[in-house]
Amino acid sequence: MTGTGQLIRLILRRDRLLLPLWVVVLALVPAGYAGSFNGLFPTEADRLEYAHVSAGNAGFVALYGPLHGTSLGELVAWRGGFLPVMIALFSLLTVIRHTRADEEAGRTELIGAGVVGRHAGLAAALIVTWGANLLLALILSTAMLAEGLPATGSVLMAVEYGLAGCVFAGVAAVTAQVATGARSARSLAVVALGVAYVLRLAGDVSGIGGGGVSWLSWLSPIGWVQHMFPYGADRWWPGALAVALTALLAGTAVTLASRRDVGAGLLAPRPGPATAAAALRTPVALAWRLHRGLLAAWTAGFVALGLVFGGVARSVVDLVEDNPAMARIFERMGGTSGATDSFLAGITGVMGLIAAAYAVQATLRLRDEESTGHAEAVLATAVGRLRWLGSHLLFSVAGPALALTAGGAVCGLVTGLTLNDVGGQFPAVLGGMLAQLPAVWVLAAVTVLLFGAAPKAAPAAWGAVAACVLLLLLGSTLDLSHWVMDVSPFTHIPHLPGGEASATPLVVLTVVAVVLAAAGLAGFRRRDLPAA
Amino acid sequence: MTEAISVTGLEKSFGRTRALDGLDLHVRTGEVHGFLGPNGAGKTTTIRILLGLMRADGGSARLLGGDPWSDATALHRRLAYVPGDVTLWPNLSGGEVIDLLGRLRGGVDHRRRDELLQRFDLDPRKKGRTYSKGNRQKVALVAALASDVELLILDEPTSGLDPLMEEVFREVVREEQRRGDRTVLLSSHILSEVEALCDRVTIIREGRAVETGTLSDLRHLTRTTIQAELTGPVDGLATLPGVHGLRTQDSRVTFDVDTDALEPALRRLVDVGVRSLTSQPPTLEELFLRQYQKDPVR
Repeated sequence: MTGTGQLIRLILRRDRLLLPLWVVVLALVPAGYAGSFNGLFPTEADRLEYAHVSAGNAGFVALYGPLHGTSLGELVAWRGGFLPVMIALFSLLTVIRHTRADEEAGRTELIGAGVVGRHAGLAAALIVTWGANLLLALILSTAMLAEGLPATGSVLMAVEYGLAGCVFAGVAAVTAQVATGARSARSLAVVALGVAYVLRLAGDVSGIGGGGVSWLSWLSPIGWVQHMFPYGADRWWPGALAVALTALLAGTAVTLASRRDVGAGLLAPRPGPATAAAALRTPVALAWRLHRGLLAAWTAGFVALGLVFGGVARSVVDLVEDNPAMARIFERMGGTSGATDSFLAGITGVMGLIAAAYAVQATLRLRDEESTGHAEAVLATAVGRLRWLGSHLLFSVAGPALALTAGGAVCGLVTGLTLNDVGGQFPAVLGGMLAQLPAVWVLAAVTVLLFGAAPKAAPAAWGAVAACVLLLLLGSTLDLSHWVMDVSPFTHIPHLPGGEASATPLVVLTVVAVVLAAAGLAGFRRRDLPAA
Repeated sequence: MTEAISVTGLEKSFGRTRALDGLDLHVRTGEVHGFLGPNGAGKTTTIRILLGLMRADGGSARLLGGDPWSDATALHRRLAYVPGDVTLWPNLSGGEVIDLLGRLRGGVDHRRRDELLQRFDLDPRKKGRTYSKGNRQKVALVAALASDVELLILDEPTSGLDPLMEEVFREVVREEQRRGDRTVLLSSHILSEVEALCDRVTIIREGRAVETGTLSDLRHLTRTTIQAELTGPVDGLATLPGVHGLRTQDSRVTFDVDTDALEPALRRLVDVGVRSLTSQPPTLEELFLRQYQKDPVR
């Protein structure tokens, strides 16, 4: 462990902008909810009504988790239910960045040859990430106390958020040892987070309908921390589960790390073919090789999400039918189908945002290829710049389309089967999913523009995705002005199924995407390809 | 067409750093041209401009009769490039990379490819991420050498190879040389390699060509080291023009002398009486060091 202190300082130096940014922003969002809820629901009765409607809304429960109480604190803690997932995501990315990604770049070797212990790098990455989560928890609880909320709940909520980050820092520490490269280590950790989220979601949504699979939530660390219910039940013991899991993961990572060589994974690489297949002769064929794993993983993820969302749609209908008050509300909105539709429209919106993350990730392969020097090797052959860029762009455009189609088809089919209305639900859900595409493409195009105009800033495209997610999470609550909401392309997508279908915004967004991407292409044709 | 590469007054700046400051480089068709310079002298920047990966700020560059920026795609069919720092796609095998790059360039000579794989002792079935630096370099070398192209641009191609493989590389380049229709631009700082392979050499420093010519031309510009044991004391040697670094120890003298001042200096020694004499012709090494140890150009 010698040298851990110095490595910690190195990490803090390298992350001096990014780390404080996500820690502070995510820590302050709940306080923002508290402030706005006070304004939106000044009286006890207002809050009660909002809580009743929300607790039964499967879309809300899917996104944020179950809601049991009506106090301001409980509403805020519930409404911030997606934040632990984001904190977990940032935490795992930070750990991978300072373990496996460094190792792949050869920096670990450089440092490992100096006076540093074998596990110093892993320890430093974990300590920094856990420290960041502790800081986040401190800021969060202070902000909640400043809003005048009860002390126990505020501390518990801070613990909930911080633990979500700590557990997934541990997950990333393990995947960093198992995988053979930074990319697969990152994907494995993100998949683990996705599985945890979906388990929580399926369990919770099943729970509101009194369904039989509510125990699924208890298989998920995200489920554990959310079932601490700050300001309400104020449970501490699920937190202990998370602490134990974090310790177990860290211990596993250390054990695995001492069993493998620097640069190697646990899975030994298999030899490949001695000659290239006859088809591997064009930039598109190369791009297919580079993108196919990502495409398969995302498509499988969308199919799984489609299954889950489609599977819980039935609970929504049951709920409305069992609850006369709810039924009256939805009758005014268009009967039982109003409940299903509003649930499914929420789902298509979430799926659209997830597809946007895929689109940005696929487009950023351009930057990866450039900064590793692979692009140089291709561009020094008879492949022009536009052809090279186009080969990757094909996957940022068609990849999310395929994933959304697969997810939408499965979700529509399952919804239709459980509601005995395949003919109606299948096209409605699939259509709603595909309507997200123009907004997804706009984010891909923003990434192309950044890549063409300011390649070093290309990863800022993740900021655009995060902004869209935050706007979706905050928008309705903070009562943001239209001007701010309109920044997100997803604001302009019609709410389908159920909403009014209109082609104009879809066409306009597609045109915007084409213009942005064309500007990016033009920029890339003119600029230098810096040395790797 | 007698010049495969002709670069005149090339300029390129990165922010406030001036990477190329009026560089001239002329490579004749069919020759192996050494491109020598210390790290950061601008060799790689020049090559990147020649490949159309970067645009020059000033000056002119012609490559195989075309413009390296606007005719890039067409020109790249006729050349192959080995970067100094070869990176391979982690999940493609070496054989796949060789075939792919060859095909993207316009075709691979399969017999040549297999022959080169054998000579470089390279296993094409390993995945990119498992190759060592030297083996990655071999992958890029085989991919380049197996293509039927007019021009090879090699940026420090042997920096990761072991001495055995360096020798194989030299043999292969000599064979190319004998064919006579291939031009090779070989950037290097391994002087023995340049001395062994190159017809002509350009030495660059701080973004400028400081010397260019055949090795014997360049030797002409430098000094010979003379060691002599004399029968009597010698004087006046130090004041002779062209004599440098004179050291006298009893009857032994050691000094460096400019090539054109060799004759008067030797005459002076003979006048005194010579018991023994050794002379060392200048090596490229010395030439190189002398160019670098000079005061900065500006």
